[in-house]
Amino acid sequence: MREAMDAWTFVIASYAIGVGATLAMIAWSLISMKRAEARRDKARGQR
Amino acid sequence: MHGFANPARFLRIARWLMPLCMGIGVVAATLALYWGLFRAPPERLQGETVRIVFLHVPAAWLGMAGWMGIAAASFTELVWRHPLAGIAARGCAVPGAVFTAVCLITGSLWGRPAWGTWWVWDGRLTSMLVLLFLYFGWMALSQASEASAGGHTRAPAIFGLVGAVNIPIIHYSVIWWNSQHQPPSITMGKSAMDGAFLWPLLAATLGFTLIFAGVVLARMRAILADQQAEARLRRKAMSEAAF
Repeated sequence: MREAMDAWTFVIASYAIGVGATLAMIAWSLISMKRAEARRDKARGQR
Repeated sequence: MHGFANPARFLRIARWLMPLCMGIGVVAATLALYWGLFRAPPERLQGETVRIVFLHVPAAWLGMAGWMGIAAASFTELVWRHPLAGIAARGCAVPGAVFTAVCLITGSLWGRPAWGTWWVWDGRLTSMLVLLFLYFGWMALSQASEASAGGHTRAPAIFGLVGAVNIPIIHYSVIWWNSQHQPPSITMGKSAMDGAFLWPLLAATLGFTLIFAGVVLARMRAILADQQAEARLRRKAMSEAAF
């Protein structure tokens, strides 16, 4: 007997995971870069 | 290449190149995914599930490209001792691992309706899973060697080169062994795909590749800034201790 599956459920789950992971990675890389550069600039100021 | 060995010169280029790559990449990937999701027709045999290809294939390519980046940077570091090579390798690790994980998850979500199973231990799937574990191992080794040897990255560089053996295994696994996974649809200059799927796929691959490049540059800037801050604080602590 063939299982009834809604293809769109799998498509939407894939897009949610793929797009979500990509956006989270972009946000994390930008935030960690800003924090690190602010830390470096602060260290430069402490002479 | 040695012209880019200067961190100050690298930063001057990365400051405008990083947002440019990310901006164009996000726009291209968004348009391509919209095209793939709403404009491309359902495939004759796979129906609507074929739309997963527009995420799965770019993620697979970038999972492998990330490790090729680590291997190239490792080679550059071992042979020419390029000061930015170790930083470039570290910059490739997280985005490479994320895209490898996305490839495995979307592949599993595609496999369930297409093959009737979430997972099979065949050559392609297993070698891709091995790649994810290689990323985890490389990141752990890189962090450990940085903490113990003050940024000495020779061991991760050797690991990066040895691990590159897995890349041709992933690529040729569907040719060498019997596999549930289909053989490559796109080879050099040829495509078995119809244009209705091929063009959005190429646009998505370009978009995600630019996002990957932007994330690598952002990671490199972060690692470089961290190292510069550490060096300054260390110098300050030493000069204070001298008085």
